[in-house]
Formats: sequence, C-alpha cells, structure tokens
Amino acid sequence: MSRTMTHTRFSGAQRLLHWTMAAGIVAMLFIGVGMLSTVAPSYVPLVATHKTLGVALFALVLVRLVLRLVLGAPPLPASLPPLMRLGAVLSHWGLYGLMIALPLLGWAMLSTADYPVVLFGNFRLPPILPQSDSLHTLLWAAHRWLAFAFFALILLHVAAALFHALIRRDGVFEAMAPLPLHGTERKE
Amino acid sequence: MSRSSTGPTRSPVASLVVIALVVAGSAAAFAYTAGWLSPERLTPTRLVSALAPAGGPALGHRRNHAKGICFTGEFQSNGNGVTLSRAQVFTAGTWPVLGRFNLATANPNAADATVRVRGMGLQIATPDGDVWRSAMIDAPVFAVSTPQAFFDLLQSAPKGAEAMKAFIGRHPEFMAFAGWAGTAPWTSSYAEDSFNGLNSFLFTDAAGTPRAVRWSLRPAATPVPIAPDELAKRGPNYLEQEIASRVAAAPQRWTMVLTVAEPGDVTADPSKAWPAGRRTVEVGTLVVNKVIGEPDGPCRDINFDPTVLPRGMSVSDDPFPAARSSAYARSYDLRTSEAKDYPRTAAAGSAKP
Ligand code: HEM
Ligand code: HEM
Ligand code: HEM
Repeated sequence: MSRTMTHTRFSGAQRLLHWTMAAGIVAMLFIGVGMLSTVAPSYVPLVATHKTLGVALFALVLVRLVLRLVLGAPPLPASLPPLMRLGAVLSHWGLYGLMIALPLLGWAMLSTADYPVVLFGNFRLPPILPQSDSLHTLLWAAHRWLAFAFFALILLHVAAALFHALIRRDGVFEAMAPLPLHGTERKE
Repeated sequence: MSRSSTGPTRSPVASLVVIALVVAGSAAAFAYTAGWLSPERLTPTRLVSALAPAGGPALGHRRNHAKGICFTGEFQSNGNGVTLSRAQVFTAGTWPVLGRFNLATANPNAADATVRVRGMGLQIATPDGDVWRSAMIDAPVFAVSTPQAFFDLLQSAPKGAEAMKAFIGRHPEFMAFAGWAGTAPWTSSYAEDSFNGLNSFLFTDAAGTPRAVRWSLRPAATPVPIAPDELAKRGPNYLEQEIASRVAAAPQRWTMVLTVAEPGDVTADPSKAWPAGRRTVEVGTLVVNKVIGEPDGPCRDINFDPTVLPRGMSVSDDPFPAARSSAYARSYDLRTSEAKDYPRTAAAGSAKP
C-alpha cells in the first residue's frame, strides 16, 4: 500500500475511528465468547448487543476504509527493517479484512438459520442468504475461528504497537496515538 | 532526531516484560470470559449435553423434543389482544403459521406411549416482518423453578430413585409437575391436547403499559382419555399417523388464551401456576390445515426459540426464555451440522421408521 501522506500522524478522524473501533471490537470479542458461556438472563441482552454493535462497527469500517483510501497513512519510518514493514502492511490489511468479514459472517450465519436479525430498538435487517444447513455450519465455524484469529492478530498488533512505543521509539505509535505525545515526528 | 532521549529510560528487557504481560493478561481475560477456565460454569453446551441419553444424542435431530411432525396453517386473530400488546399479530386478521407437534424426548424413535410430555412449536409471521416463535407443552406447570434446577433434574433422573428423592428434596416444586404427570389423563391425539407457554413475557400495549402474560392453546376437540397401555397397542407412531389423517379430513383448531398477571404474582417461576381467577383474554384461533413429515418438512430447520418475539412482546424476569434460547441455539448448531445423519427423504433414511 502506498503511503501518500507527507505528515507524520493519521488524521484526527482516522485516529478517532481507530480507537472507538478498537474499543468496540475488543468488546465484541469478549461479548461473543461471554454470551456463549452462559445460560443466565444476560444472554438475551448480550446477544442483542453483539448483533447491534457488530453491525454498527461494520458501518464504521466502511467509512474508515474510504478515509484510508482518500487520506492514506503516514509513511513508516525508513529505519524499519523490510520484514517488519511487510508484517505491518499485511497485518493491517488483515485487520481491515476481518473487520469487514466478521459482521458479514455473523449476519449471514443468522440468515442461513432462518433467524430474524433483530437489533436493539427493534431494528430489523433482511436476510442476506436463504436457510441452509450446510452454509450455516460453514458460516458458524468461519465466524468462530476467524473471531479467534482476529483476537490473536489484535494481540500481535498490540504487542507490535507497544514494541514501537517502548523499544523502537520510532514515532509509529505516536502516529496513531489518540492525543499528540511529545515528539510526534517520525524518526527517518 | 532520535527521540529515545526524550522517552523514559527503561531497559528493553523491562519493556519486553511489559509487552508480554499485556498480551498474556488479555489472553487470560479472554479465556476466563469464555468460561474455558471455569469448567463448573453452566454453559449452553453443558446444558444441552445433559439432555443426551446414555447412548449419546440422535445425530441430526433436536436435542430435546426430538420426535415430531410439521404442520402449517393460520392464526385467525380476533383483535382482542390489542388491549395487551401492540404486536400486529393481535390486530384482527389472519396470519400464516408454521409449527411442529412433538414429544418431549431426546429419542426421535421413542414409542408414543413412553413419553409423558407433549409439545408444540409455533411460529406466527405478520406482514410487518415480525415473527413470533413459541414452544409450549401440555403440562400446566413446568417441572422446576430455574434452569439450574432443570440441569440438576437432567443429571439426577438417570441415576435412579434415590437420586430423584434427593433431587426432590432440593427442588420440592417438582411435586406439582409430578402430580400432573401421575394423574392427568392421556389422550390419543395431539388435537385433543392443550399447549401452555408456561413462561411469562411482558406485553406492551400501544400506550406503552407493560403487563406480564402467559399464554395457552386450548383444543376445540374434546379430549378423550386413554390409558397409556391402550395407546401403546395402537403402535409406536400412532400420534403422528392420527394427526396426519385427522387434519387431512378436517382442519383442527385451538383457541389462544392470554392470562394476565396481577401485581404480586410470581412471574419468574414457571413451576408455579398463577392463582385462579386471573383475567384471561381469548385472542384468536390456531387452525392447523396441513401436516407434513419432518424429514422434508418446513419445521425441520426452524428453531422455535422463545425469545424470537414481535414488537410489543419481550422477555420478563422469568429466567427460562434466556436459558432456552441459548440451549436451543446450541441444539440447532449441532443438528444442522449433522444434517447428513438425518436424510431429507424419509425413504432414504433409517432415522425415522
Ligand atoms: C466485529 C465483529 C464481530 C466479532 C469480532 C464477533 C465475534 C464473535 C465471537 C468471538 C463469538 C463467539 C464464538 C464462539 O465462542 O464460538 C461470536 C458469536 C456470535 N456472533 Fe459474532 N462477532 C462479530 C459480529 C457479529 C455480527 C454483526 C453478528 C450478527 C448480526 C454476529 C452474530 C453472532 C452470533 C449469533 C454468535 C453466536 C453463534 C452461535 O450460536 O454459536 N456477530 N461472535
Ligand atoms: C482492537 C482492535 C484494533 C484494531 C482492529 C486495529 C486496527 C488497526 C489498523 C487496521 C491499523 C492500520 C491503519 C492503516 O494503515 O490504515 C492500525 C494502526 C495502528 N494501531 Fe491499531 N487496531 C486495534 C487496536 C490497537 C491498540 C490496542 C493499539 C495500541 C496499543 C493500536 C495501535 C496502533 C498503531 C500505533 C497504529 C499505527 C501503525 C502505523 O503507523 O502504520 N491498535 N490499527
Ligand atoms: C432450561 C430449560 C430447558 C431446556 C434446556 C430445554 C431444551 C430444549 C432443547 C435443546 C430443545 C431442542 C431445540 C431445537 O433443536 O430446536 C427443546 C425443544 C423444545 N422445548 Fe425445551 N427446554 C427447556 C425448557 C422448556 C420449557 C419451559 C418448555 C415449555 C414451556 C419447553 C418446550 C419445548 C418444546 C415444545 C420443544 C420443541 C420445539 C420444536 O418443535 O422445535 N422447553 N428444548
């Protein structure tokens, strides 16, 4: 991906989206596994929250992608070894891919089970696939295992961000930091 | 240009430890939330596993109420229900219905006379896009007060009389259900059975007033009692044959009755009937006009999840609908993934005689 920005930080809108969505996605992962671990009354509101927040995040990631394509990203520091650079680029597009795939898989999985997709406020989504046992099984497994892969990739991403912030101190963390930290310029 | 001078002076090793702690802590919190560190937690998976008979579950079938047959028909709403709920289903009109007569057993091949509890799964769809699903039984009360107690029952029942005695000691509410099971007459037709929702739901009218409500379907046909051994003589699948030919001859009807709680009535416990004399409202008639075998039938791949409700109805403080929703979803996920073990055409399969 070409990094067209000449400035050293992501735009305010991009940073805002990154951090609101980060909080939302972490919540989604914990709600997802948490709701399936209980038969308590909280199961019903947890599932409703999972569906509603998931669909909201899907809308946000579309906005975020447009911003990314229009505004680009600040260049990675020249000092970054090629393998790390490749890792950064691939993992970022992997994260974008999963942010798009998981909500679609969740919605499709409910459609193939003939469940009405009801969000908070009684907002209803139409089915995006017909009922199908085999598709439901496939989508269910994909939603589950890709969600776990998403969590693993996020852990890697967080470790890398902290690695930049604490060890390399090369301005990569500052590029996405919610507030300007001192020394926001990238190390070239 | 290097900003390492401006940052705190921490050794890289200390930083790596910080990073490792953040990652490990997050992973541990995730595993804890998922219940992977707490095997004693009652999860939908454990609850559904407890339903399986000793020989294991019948693959491809519902994990409970496994023996059943599909029907279609309509719900003729008389409009009386709008005083309780703003759901479109209660406005006067006729709405399409999909349902399933069933026996409360994990064995899809159980003989009819061996199963005390019968059930009905019901879905009513309205033009506004809302769907109401419900799964009801013929007993007037549920066996236990809480989902946890139901799990206890599932674990105690196979262990014999001593275990059941201990179970009843822990859950004396079971006696009301046991009394019904021991004394209520059997019938030889689904068309002669009542089906009761048992769980309490909140109905909200157009003005926004919530009320706790339970519902029942009362048969138009007069129940004719039959001894279980008499029923056994008619064959293991008599009920399905009977309802199929009965409906083929004439549509069968049930009246839907809503019962409204009064302040102080316990809504969180389906093992307790509400006192007699509660306000009831007859809201319409269920008409069953076609019966279809399950292997190819329209009810096969439906989950009659009791939390699938139209606008104007929602769950109450009754803990069962949530527990049932979680367990039914698990059962649905399992049985649809095993679809090849339950062939679609009855002729091709061995699952159903
Ligand atoms: C960022 C988006 C999402 C993430 C990260 C996510 C994550 C998860 C996770 C971790 C689980 C638990 C998997 C397991 O333990 O087996 C789960 C389950 C589930 N998710 Fe999502 N999800 C997302 C979006 C959605 C959406 C948009 C919907 C529906 C509209 C949805 C519907 C479901 C359902 C129904 C389940 C339960 C599946 C079952 O019955 O076993 N998810 N999700
Ligand atoms: C939890 C879910 C998260 C997701 C889905 C996510 C996703 C992403 C994505 C897709 C990018 C690439 C931006 C682009 O090039 O357009 C990015 C960048 C970044 N993220 Fe995250 N992130 C998450 C959490 C975090 C957390 C917790 C941190 C900090 C500890 C963090 C720190 C960063 C940093 C520093 C960058 C900038 C990298 C660069 O300059 O190219 N992220 N994130
Ligand atoms: C915590 C308590 C309960 C558990 C764990 C439980 C479990 C189950 C399961 C796993 C199924 C199969 C679902 C499917 O695969 O679609 C089922 C079906 C059914 N249950 Fe329950 N159940 C509970 C309480 C109740 C209660 C209170 C009633 C009655 C008021 C009830 C009536 C039914 C009926 C009628 C069906 C068959 C629905 C159909 O035709 O698909 N259950 N139950």
